[in-house]
Amino acid sequence: MRHTLSVLVEDEPGVLSRVAGLFSGRGFNIESLNVAPTLEKGTSLMTIVTEGDEQIIEQIIKQLRKLITVIKVVDMNTVRTVEREMILIKVNAQNSSRAEILRIVDIFRCKVVDVSIAEMTIEATGNTEKLSALISLLQKFGIKEIARTGIVAMKRSMQLI
Amino acid sequence: MKMKGARILLECLKQEGVEVIFGFPGGAVIDIYHELPNYPIKHYLVRHEQAAVHAADGYSRATGKVGVVLVTSGPGATNTVTGIATAYMDSIPLVVFTGQVPRMLIGNDAFQEVDIVGITRPCTKHNYLVKDLSQLPRIIKEAFYIAKSGRPGPVLVDLPKDIMASVIKPEYPKSVHLRSYNPHYQPNLKQVKKALELILNAKRPLIFAGGGVIASSAHEELTWLARELKIPVTATLMGLGSFPGNDPLWLGMLGMHGTYVANMAVNHADVILAVGVRFDDRVTGRVDTFAPSAKIIHVDIDPTSIRKNVQVDIPIVADCKEALMTLKNELITIKKKKDISDNYESWRDKITAWNEAHPLTYVKSDEVIKPQFVIEKLYELTGGDAIITTEVGQNQMWAAQHFRYLRPRTLLSSGGLGTMGYGFPAAIGAQIAYPDKLVVDIAGDGSIQMNIQELATAVWYNLPVKIIILNNSYLGMVRQWQELFYNRNYSSTHLEYNPDFVKIAEAYGAEGYRATKPDEVEDVLKRALSSEKTCVVEMVIEKEENVYPMVPAGASLSEMLLV
Repeated sequence: MRHTLSVLVEDEPGVLSRVAGLFSGRGFNIESLNVAPTLEKGTSLMTIVTEGDEQIIEQIIKQLRKLITVIKVVDMNTVRTVEREMILIKVNAQNSSRAEILRIVDIFRCKVVDVSIAEMTIEATGNTEKLSALISLLQKFGIKEIARTGIVAMKRSMQLI
Repeated sequence: MKMKGARILLECLKQEGVEVIFGFPGGAVIDIYHELPNYPIKHYLVRHEQAAVHAADGYSRATGKVGVVLVTSGPGATNTVTGIATAYMDSIPLVVFTGQVPRMLIGNDAFQEVDIVGITRPCTKHNYLVKDLSQLPRIIKEAFYIAKSGRPGPVLVDLPKDIMASVIKPEYPKSVHLRSYNPHYQPNLKQVKKALELILNAKRPLIFAGGGVIASSAHEELTWLARELKIPVTATLMGLGSFPGNDPLWLGMLGMHGTYVANMAVNHADVILAVGVRFDDRVTGRVDTFAPSAKIIHVDIDPTSIRKNVQVDIPIVADCKEALMTLKNELITIKKKKDISDNYESWRDKITAWNEAHPLTYVKSDEVIKPQFVIEKLYELTGGDAIITTEVGQNQMWAAQHFRYLRPRTLLSSGGLGTMGYGFPAAIGAQIAYPDKLVVDIAGDGSIQMNIQELATAVWYNLPVKIIILNNSYLGMVRQWQELFYNRNYSSTHLEYNPDFVKIAEAYGAEGYRATKPDEVEDVLKRALSSEKTCVVEMVIEKEENVYPMVPAGASLSEMLLV
């Protein structure tokens, strides 16, 4: 099963290598990994999407907690979360297909961020399902390049209803 | 007062109570070596950096203190890697200081530059590159704290040369603040109560001890509990010495080369109290058939050890000593309220029967020296009052099987990594820690040649270490596998040429002895053991002797090959 892990780490040289090395050294799988500073000076938040059965996920979490530079690990699958990923897609956009591509951009509430005679670059944000649907719709025009951030996730606030 | 980086380092070591350093100098650490003679720290110069780490490791295993190493950059640093990985696998606290090229050259492929922090990241508990001299005292304090607290392990500190030569006014921290590292020592009382209830209701309980019992000095509590409830005890290689090897409740080691009775007991137990173990594959055999009818209570300080290899019914994340003390107190409380009868008598009878059916044995001989006979004689002559180190392979397993370890920290052996060449430098470290104790390295003719250069170290420092080489002219353990599972294809395991070990000993200034017949063994051993010099004792043993019992790799513990 896929799990999204939020890993709060000390922001110091080598910390990414410690985390990535742990995954490769123990044969765990990283589907995506995103890292950026938090508001608190000196700490960064990593969002790691990984896959494994219950026992493997338990090991991954324990092994991460064992690293001296890891402050906190939360398995986001155990809480209600908002998960988002951003993607940039460069797609073939000849005269004949431009209108249809723009319609898709509209439906998915994405943005065209760059355009040339033959290509368009689209920026989209969403969860994994939405982005996969967008990619599959754009595939018939010919996707030339793709870049994605990997998932970032956040625990939802307490819900009132 | 302003001070040079090298002196700040040595001041910090003094404050940590470091008495002994093992090392080898080089360009990147000259500043440190320049200051070293001014400090009350004894430095032991080895002949290869790997041996410095093993010696510090042996010193640490024998005493429980943190072992300290100092080497130079580049090759000096890479030579420590095997030693560091050895200590990491067996949870031995070390602090290894490596020199590094000056900061401005880092990343430039400078002379003797290597990214040792990157290389050792997966085999240290933690490591540091010092980038600012003002941080050095804090880093050293953290390094020692991390090395010895929680589940112990090696920590490496990389010291750029220019930092050691620059000058500041140091500030020494009083304590360590690590928000992300807080080892958990106290057990959960509810879990302990559940565990005790399970044990008291068991019919066939077994205690299974590992290196964690020795690391946390929990042997007295373990022994008390076993004797109080009359529960049989087995142990891993790392756990030998945690329970007296001459006690009637002692079953011997379990696992691949464990005793028949220990493996049968695991196979039939209904409750196993596993303390400070990690269920290594050499212990469990085929893991899905391990202890098929047992509920497992697992005490370990490292949460990652729990449910890593086997499913556990009652996990207790705690220091072994704290957990066993809590268990003991609970048991005493219960005993005040009601009588606890001995429910395990028929279980112990069964165990006695297994032991009588297949005791630990070997085919004896009057013609040729049997390695097991040498170990038995050694035990007989020393009464178990010795620190034994081993190399790796058949010598290690015979030493584990046929010597009886009566106290903790009397067997120093590379259990997890299985490092040939470990035993002799480890013996040097142990002898330095205890100059008056008898320290014996049980070696093979293959293993001893991996660090034989340390004879120079032992002789120079007048260390009366005894090396017993069980010489079968083979890399015996691999040969045994080739014989049993590879159609006797002895590919590259026959050491057809070996040096004259007696002459090697003499060339280094040590004493050399040799026995080629069984009736010479006792005399040769007596002469070596009573000598005050470094001694090499070559025992020319049966060439194709095997270690039995043996559970083939990947088989269940019940599928033992016997003598």
